[in-house]
Amino acid sequence: MRKLEIKVATRATQGIWDICAVMSRRLASDTGNVCPVEFMAAALRLFQSRSCGKCVPCRVGLGQLADLLDKMLEGNGTMEDLEQIEKTCHTVAAGSDCAIGSEAAKALQVMLPAFREDFISHLERGRCVAVFQSVPCVGGCPAHVDIPGYIALVKAGRYADAVRQIRKENPFPAVCGLICEHPCEYHCRRKLVDDAINIRGLKRFAVDSAGDVPAPERLPSTGKKVAVIGAGPCGLTAAYFLSLMGHDVTVYEKRKRTGGMLRYGIPCYRLPDSYLDRDIDVILSTGITLKTDVSVGEDIPIQTIKDTYDSIFIAIGAHSNKKLGVENEDKRGVMSAVDMLRYIGDGGTFDFKGKNVVIVGGGNVAMDVTRTSKRLGAASVKCVYRRRVEDMTALPEEVEGAVAENCEIIPLKAPSRIEIDQDENVTALWVQPQIVGEVVNGRPAPRAANQPEERIPADVIILAIGQDIESEYFQAAGIPVKRSMLQADNGCQVPGEPGIFVGGDCQYGPATVIRAIEAGKVAAANIDRYMGFDTQLDLGVDIPPASFQISGPCGRANMVEESPLERQNTFDLVERGLTPEEAAQECTRCLRCDHYGRGSFKNGRVVKW
Amino acid sequence: MVNLTIDHLPVCVDEGTTILKAAASVGITIPTLCYLEGVNEVGACRVCLVEIDGYDGLRASCNTVVSEGMRVHTNSRAVRLARKDVVSMILSQHDCHCPTCPRNGSCALQALAAELDILDIPYEKKIPKNNWNRNFPLIREESKCIGCLRCVSVCEKIQGLGVWDLLGTGCRAHVGLSSAPSIEQSNCALCGQCITHCPVGALHERDDSDKVFDAIEDPEIITVVQIAPAVRSAWAEQLNLPKDLATERRMVAAVKALGFDYVLDTDYSADLTIMEEGSEFLERFTHKDQYHWPMFTSCCPGWVRFVKSEFPEYVDNLSTAKSPQQMFGSIIKTYFAQKTGVDPKKICSVSIMPCVAKKYEAGVEALQDAGAGRDVDVVLTTRELSRMIRAAHLNVARLPEQPFDSPLGTGSGAGVIFGTTGGVMEAALRSAYYLLCGKNPDPDAFRQVRVDEGWSLFTMDVAGAEVRVAVSSGLANARHLLEEIRSGRLQCDFVEIIACPGGCAGGGGQPITFNEELAVKRGKVLYALDAGAQLRFSHENPDIIQTYEEFLGKPLGELSHHLLHTRQREWQR
Repeated sequence: MRKLEIKVATRATQGIWDICAVMSRRLASDTGNVCPVEFMAAALRLFQSRSCGKCVPCRVGLGQLADLLDKMLEGNGTMEDLEQIEKTCHTVAAGSDCAIGSEAAKALQVMLPAFREDFISHLERGRCVAVFQSVPCVGGCPAHVDIPGYIALVKAGRYADAVRQIRKENPFPAVCGLICEHPCEYHCRRKLVDDAINIRGLKRFAVDSAGDVPAPERLPSTGKKVAVIGAGPCGLTAAYFLSLMGHDVTVYEKRKRTGGMLRYGIPCYRLPDSYLDRDIDVILSTGITLKTDVSVGEDIPIQTIKDTYDSIFIAIGAHSNKKLGVENEDKRGVMSAVDMLRYIGDGGTFDFKGKNVVIVGGGNVAMDVTRTSKRLGAASVKCVYRRRVEDMTALPEEVEGAVAENCEIIPLKAPSRIEIDQDENVTALWVQPQIVGEVVNGRPAPRAANQPEERIPADVIILAIGQDIESEYFQAAGIPVKRSMLQADNGCQVPGEPGIFVGGDCQYGPATVIRAIEAGKVAAANIDRYMGFDTQLDLGVDIPPASFQISGPCGRANMVEESPLERQNTFDLVERGLTPEEAAQECTRCLRCDHYGRGSFKNGRVVKW
Repeated sequence: MVNLTIDHLPVCVDEGTTILKAAASVGITIPTLCYLEGVNEVGACRVCLVEIDGYDGLRASCNTVVSEGMRVHTNSRAVRLARKDVVSMILSQHDCHCPTCPRNGSCALQALAAELDILDIPYEKKIPKNNWNRNFPLIREESKCIGCLRCVSVCEKIQGLGVWDLLGTGCRAHVGLSSAPSIEQSNCALCGQCITHCPVGALHERDDSDKVFDAIEDPEIITVVQIAPAVRSAWAEQLNLPKDLATERRMVAAVKALGFDYVLDTDYSADLTIMEEGSEFLERFTHKDQYHWPMFTSCCPGWVRFVKSEFPEYVDNLSTAKSPQQMFGSIIKTYFAQKTGVDPKKICSVSIMPCVAKKYEAGVEALQDAGAGRDVDVVLTTRELSRMIRAAHLNVARLPEQPFDSPLGTGSGAGVIFGTTGGVMEAALRSAYYLLCGKNPDPDAFRQVRVDEGWSLFTMDVAGAEVRVAVSSGLANARHLLEEIRSGRLQCDFVEIIACPGGCAGGGGQPITFNEELAVKRGKVLYALDAGAQLRFSHENPDIIQTYEEFLGKPLGELSHHLLHTRQREWQR
């Protein structure tokens, strides 16, 4: 027998793995604001370096593609080259023996249409249309909050100023400190060193440490009147900035209380009312008139609003529920997540003591009702989802939180019917086991597995399979609607309806709070312009200069949660904030991209908007 | 206060001070290239790297602030090697044909490489290709750009235009036009501030000196040259001439030595401008309802280009008076030709200007009124004059001083101060006072409009009439001023704007000394000439009086209208 040896990675192999790890971290945090042609040429060369060299398309073709892109970058490309790139891509994608070549060419092939504008610009004008993102976190934040600025203020112990600097772009610092999905952190340049700054943690720390920070002074009254329909994060953001600009703002809210989905969608253990009210009180203190329990469309005709105000902003959110479309969906014990959370938001409660609760869905709302059901005393809580756990759209920490609280996630089961007893009470959910299948639109789609239906006993079934928009009244009033979404351009302006603006969940469908805030901000600026102004809000504070600091790689301080055993029975806030020591350390990890790198050259800070 | 040591020297500076400034405060010079104080503190070139105890890497001293107890080394082995390497990298992509570069001798990179004793570059040279219209007054050499970004910052922050930007990403990132497809289609005012702030020869004016040598050497051609006021404040900066020898009259001697047939003074046509523009102002001032208000000066072509591209709704506010250069151009090929008995078609009319935009202005079709080809045939910058003097091997120091030629060689002190910010206004007010009440004010009565930077608003009592005047230089300031006027927040009657900070003395055609802003210093030279002048009023210039008596008739008369004024709206930029 041949002599065998246990394989030990050579130093070189280990080195390559290390570089791969560095590269994947680097690429994972990429802002995407680079020249696509340059990036693709570099990627092709990297892919080619992984070629074993056996087959022609991969060994030769990938390099030829990169050369053609280089030619384009040097200003010598032609339209014929672009056609050649398409042809070569096809040959390498279709003609390679293994995935090394074919997948490399496919990556380019798929992107060619998306890069076309840039290709043409290189060909015709010899220049790139890409705009480099100077401060990655600020660019990643939909509301463009000055993150390095407020981190510097937290570092300096100027917590109230940090809150002011956040509010300059986003009037919901307390809310976002708790529940923002922090897209800023995905692009944090610190990831190139070790890991992203805990930006949300620092925001919460600033809010928790600042005490009451009053709203800034309102500009002199303009005499213009704006109606905002919907007191959720989008509507209130617009109302806040419009009011600060000096316009008279009236907010109409259909429900009894303000906050929209923040109050009626997100459970207290993630976002206590005290935090929400802190932001909303400041917003309303700028002189906004609030009318709750008024449904525009039902209680007041939309035409009346149109006649009374100079401009209207519709931010009604997405508050109705989607249907499952199975038998017995209307029977006792079946409810929608939206209805359940709304009832609780208005102060109601459910007694689930001793009951088996089954939730259908895989998003954040599904996790919210799963964990809420546990807190309402359910004997068992099961969340049924037709895809795999890794395909759930809920944040991983939400799923982990639910599991830690003794909720069960049952993946790959598609609801097929609801079983009831003779009194029409729910008794079980029947599900069809699924098998993960082909990738459709980037996600593996499930299909029915060759297994029999299964019965999951249930006293309560909660459907969390998506939200819809109550757009009927607005459609009737002439606002264009497509798939229940109110139609407006990227500036929130409704085409053909001067003065009417739409934003938030009711424009693009359910999304995150920071996207709603973004839309509110965009709408405020554009409503101001529409009414004939060009108001500049200068709400910021002076930012401490970037200090020199020596800081090597250092772990990221994460928030910890209350013990699952204790928290699962109460609606108290689950997450603990950073300690002062942790916050101080996180602040020193910030690389101050507003000062170093391209930030010092351009766009380090937008002082006014 | 923060205590630190730099090269073992104890230093105590304010919190927030950069290491670069802290070092300078104790006499330690750290070399820089991209650093332009307050404008381009971006840490791009990495020439100012320093070592800090306890820190692995090196930091750019221009954008790192001091901290307590910091120990900085500006000249350690690590610094020396890195600095040399960084400059070698820059040189590897820089077209180092220094002998044929207009910045040979005034190039910061050349000086730095010599200072760092770089005798060899370890890298393969990779020089980008040039792709530029060589006929445009402003020329950019991609092959010489070192990516310091000073042009980008100066244009954006000082001139408020943003013609340039850093384009693309990665190794192909380069400076180019921010949005326009070509420089001709861009909103470039042609102020030339990017040229005077370029550390190397990547930006320069179109060189027209050969055309002038050709004309001088052609016996059939009569060369007539006019020299702008600001030129005399800077002409010798690059000529190694002791300051006391760099006089106005020695400049005239040098220009005569180049072989020009007539050397005339643009101060004369500055005085003529005052007569025309001052009269126009009084006409507008007394008939406000018939004109766009306020009235803007029109002597700076960079400013005129700026109005036409950025504030087209204000074109009618510009004075209809041509600039002194163009007025003189029209006069030389008419009145001057008559007086000297020369066929205007044989005249080559040259101007020496502190300016790049003047090269463009001389070519504007609508400004050609003398009927003998272009009114001004060739425009040279002060730098080109300086290079011609060197090329002609003139030993300037030994040239005896000479006066300007006559006729039309006389200028007043009021004409001289055209070369600095506020000067046009001050000169105009002196004569406006006279035109209103028939007697002269104290020549220094309006000196308060002498401001060095920003913009200022003054209310002047001109012979009993209250005139609100605004003075500004630098186009970012101009933009701010115009926005204030547009919003109604600022109300005034007469606005003087010069595109270059500090006025023509700081013009984009003036000699370049790396990292020195010389406009104020040069302006003082001009004010001193004014103070010492026997003639302080444009209307008292005997050549002006004679010009009106013999030729023009009266200010704003028919011939003036034809030769000295233009309809601003009729020509685009």
